[in-house]
Amino acid sequence: MPDTLKDAVIHMREEEAMEIAVKLLDKGTDPLKILNVCTEAMEEVGKKFEAGIYFLPELMMAGEMLKQISEKVKPMIKNPQDRKKSGKVLIGTVLGDIHDIGKDIVGFLLDVNGFEVRDIGIDVAPSAFVEEIRVFKPDVVGLSGLLTLAYDSMKDTVQAITDAGLRKDVKIIIGGGQMTDKIKAYAGADACAKDAMDGINIIKEWIGKV
Amino acid sequence: MMETKLSNGSKTVVIGNNRPTVMIGERINPTGKKKLAAALREGRMDMVRQEALAQVAFGAGILDVNVVTEGVDEIDILPRAIKAILEVADIPLCIDINNPKALARALAVYPGKALVNSVSGEKKSLEEILPLVRDYKAAVIGLTLDDNGIPKTAEKRLEIARTIVGQAESLGIPREDIIIDPLALALGSDHMAAGITLQAIRMIHDELGLNQTLGASNISFGLPDRMAVNKAFLPLAICAGVTCPTVDPAKVGSTVFATDLILGRDRFSMNYIKDYRRREKNKPQM
Repeated sequence: MPDTLKDAVIHMREEEAMEIAVKLLDKGTDPLKILNVCTEAMEEVGKKFEAGIYFLPELMMAGEMLKQISEKVKPMIKNPQDRKKSGKVLIGTVLGDIHDIGKDIVGFLLDVNGFEVRDIGIDVAPSAFVEEIRVFKPDVVGLSGLLTLAYDSMKDTVQAITDAGLRKDVKIIIGGGQMTDKIKAYAGADACAKDAMDGINIIKEWIGKV
Repeated sequence: MMETKLSNGSKTVVIGNNRPTVMIGERINPTGKKKLAAALREGRMDMVRQEALAQVAFGAGILDVNVVTEGVDEIDILPRAIKAILEVADIPLCIDINNPKALARALAVYPGKALVNSVSGEKKSLEEILPLVRDYKAAVIGLTLDDNGIPKTAEKRLEIARTIVGQAESLGIPREDIIIDPLALALGSDHMAAGITLQAIRMIHDELGLNQTLGASNISFGLPDRMAVNKAFLPLAICAGVTCPTVDPAKVGSTVFATDLILGRDRFSMNYIKDYRRREKNKPQM
């Protein structure tokens, strides 16, 4: 059954995906398992999009299905410690860049994986990141960007965090279609995520050590 | 706005405003197709099946079936063509006839709710066709012409549409089972022809709220680069209120899907993308 759910999401069969999700919940399937299947499907859709097989509306449609299913699934999570937040992650798309699909996927995946996520949106100024770090006190800061101009914005943001005396309090990870380890070094970040799943894994490892 | 439901006994197609446009595939018609005409004369159904499959592959929602050509006995061949199509295509049919006797035979073998093409405002047509439509619980296309011919004004075409609806309702045919064809005439001989049609579409939509079809390729008759004219006209006609145009899906399907997307009738562009992939897949054979 979970496989058919994954298949329905990957192949854009919206109604079917909703029906299967509801049925699984009714049968007492572990809600976290349902969410995991959905995130696997989302990953698959993301891969197809990156390979040029899927188009933007399909990425959006998958996101919509994910959103709808998670709204149904989340209230069903019975055991509260399942949902105990394992760490705080602040994410945002850096100044001058307005791309949010990757950031939203990462935010969703982090949430599903038990992190407390604060998403401060797109085109975020370095000073806004600094302010939010002071208030939210995250363990990890995720900087997202797709455009090449994001390289400098990331560097500026890391610099602003350092200048504010907060650099030692947070780990910084960058992510986005064109990000590499070179950019990580240029910006002064701690890690560069190849894709959403890679980012989640890196953050999990970090928080485990905190 | 009314919804017209058609079926072949297993699959139902719903036509209505703010829904995706339903293409009535026009290609199963021997007029101007020598090979298809010859096949029908010999009683062979291979060409009919081929045309059916090809149109379904390009997104047709309904298939028009017309076997009228010299040397073909409509009464005998039409029911056979219907059976042949339904063997290969799970899709409702539009039974396109000359002879009312052929219509009775065709409706008798058709398993679901058919669309009958067509009745007009002519007295004889109303009397012959509508009772059959009622008896077989079919839907019907109403052509806006009467014993005086095709009116030159949109108002007169609306008037004929009203007459057809009145007659049908008096026989007990539900209003939503009437689909009006406000008729597109050749722009080549009258450059105002399409304007009158568009006006008629809007008036019929506003006053009667009925679904409408249109033989949308007629307007480019006699012109060079007919496809350019057809592709410009279709979006205007759909926007004005045509919900199930009669077209060649392989040629204008992408225009129809793009129009639906532009008009907000295609959630997450799914139909447009599906059609794109279908076209990519079929490219080498085209």
